[in-house]
Amino acid sequence: MDLTLASFSEIAEAVQSKKVSAKEIATHFHARIEKLNPKLNAFTFINGNAVHDAEALDKRIAQGENIGPLAGVPFGIKEMLCTKGLPTTAGSKILQNFVPPYDSTVVARLKKSGVVVMGKLNQDEFAMGSSNETSFFGSVKNPWNTDCVPGGSSGGSAAAQAARMVAGTIGTDTGGSIRQPANFCGLVGVKPTYGRVSRYGIIAYASSLDQAGPMVSSVKDAALTMEAICGFDEHDVTTTQRKVPAWSKNLSANVKGMRIGLMKEYMKGSINSDVQATVDKAIDTLKKMGAEFVEVSVPMTEFAVPVYYLVAASEASSNLARYDGVKYGYRAEMGNLSAVDLEDFYGKTRGEGFGKEVKRRIMLGTYCLSSGYYDAYYNKAGQVRRMLMNQYLEAFKSCDVVLSPVTTSPAFKIGERVYDPLTMYLNDIYTTSTNLAGLPGMSVPFGMSQEGLPIGVQLTATHFEEQHMLNVAYALEGASDVKGAKPHVF
Amino acid sequence: MIDKKTIEHIAKLARLHVTEQEAIEYSEQLSKALSYFDQINKVDTNGVEPLVTPTEIESFWREDEAKEEFTAEEMTANAPAKAGNLFKVPPVV
Repeated sequence: MDLTLASFSEIAEAVQSKKVSAKEIATHFHARIEKLNPKLNAFTFINGNAVHDAEALDKRIAQGENIGPLAGVPFGIKEMLCTKGLPTTAGSKILQNFVPPYDSTVVARLKKSGVVVMGKLNQDEFAMGSSNETSFFGSVKNPWNTDCVPGGSSGGSAAAQAARMVAGTIGTDTGGSIRQPANFCGLVGVKPTYGRVSRYGIIAYASSLDQAGPMVSSVKDAALTMEAICGFDEHDVTTTQRKVPAWSKNLSANVKGMRIGLMKEYMKGSINSDVQATVDKAIDTLKKMGAEFVEVSVPMTEFAVPVYYLVAASEASSNLARYDGVKYGYRAEMGNLSAVDLEDFYGKTRGEGFGKEVKRRIMLGTYCLSSGYYDAYYNKAGQVRRMLMNQYLEAFKSCDVVLSPVTTSPAFKIGERVYDPLTMYLNDIYTTSTNLAGLPGMSVPFGMSQEGLPIGVQLTATHFEEQHMLNVAYALEGASDVKGAKPHVF
Repeated sequence: MIDKKTIEHIAKLARLHVTEQEAIEYSEQLSKALSYFDQINKVDTNGVEPLVTPTEIESFWREDEAKEEFTAEEMTANAPAKAGNLFKVPPVV
């Protein structure tokens, strides 16, 4: 078995049957992290105990214990998710020394399924960005071309997975932060339906949009990860009590008779020709497999980007109020504390602790929630949001899955868009509406640009119908000519 | 138009020190972003209930019992300054 490229099932089966030890696998990937991280800056912290944790699994197996479906699978975890005893910084100076006393539900459930946590992955600060250029720990590089961004905000997860520094990674998606970097790095990235995955222990950005999910190398690995992390959690009242489906077992590449929607609003506009060619090829492939295509329309998507930024910035300004230099995190130098004014204490700590983009969004959100503007911005955005969701639900009456591009172009160059916030925000034109409507969405690799950069397609389903999109992705994956292509840094 | 005075007011509400240079920058960038966002005013939303949580919140019962999930030591371990198990802060009254 080639450990670097092994699937989750292969690893778990080998570890459980003692053909390969979890220790051997953790040692192998630890060496890859040490070798490749200086080139990519994907990891912010490496878990020095990973090999030891793997050994503990081996001991339990030796005693006859059945570990779980992800036995010995090495994972990297985005900095957004709390990991007991391992730094969790959200990519920010304000949390640079924070070590949580508990695991987020996602991480606890992964560990329970047998995952070995190899370390923490770089990201845009507080997940605010689409290029991983806003991190306190510096930019992450795209393994396919190190002059390019890996996407964001889960850029470290994308780069680490593409270069196979781990077997699997977790990202979070508030407006596209799983799907867009997965698209830029040639991965399968899934944002489950809002409410599938507990947000307990995940650093909050915009609570009504945030959802964690897998960024991995195959549709089946994505389904297996989702089965491990999804499901009701009494620590998060927005989690659904619905049963977690057996997505991996029910995977089927048979799309005959499946109705796939092409959204009018997403099929026009200035799309890069390689992206267009990839989408066209995906449509053609699925047609040949017997899928039916229908045109659908969600006119409110025209307003998705402004609604998204208004909602996200407003919720962020409230969520980030907790960083006050008292309970944890960075505190500005104050001298004699008893002579310091409380407002100055907060202002200085927050002014120094947050980066530029985060401050920009806190300012924007505070403005939108301030007296006299709440109705015009936050409330109005919420109203348009409901209209957008209702139009989507209507569209899903005539199709099972919507297929679209993930982004207008493949990965762009580092530094290219960072100076103009508004241009950067438009990166999210095809991804934000999924979060606003709470729908499940995913990115699956299907093409390559002329410059050798991966291109994916986006699949979206109605609430709680992840299986539909996973099946379409599975069919595309099986027919893909880019599967198995390796990036430049590997 | 978001002028410098508005920026200072918002920064105060957000408990965020901004430098002179940042205030100028934010005033330009926020004005630009908000005028772009203003396009949502084109949508007739009369009578539409704002959407906050996109999927239904299903209420559930749990026993009302005390649990000690963390110790005081664990909860204060990350504090930048403390005295015993208390957070050290500037005078608040």
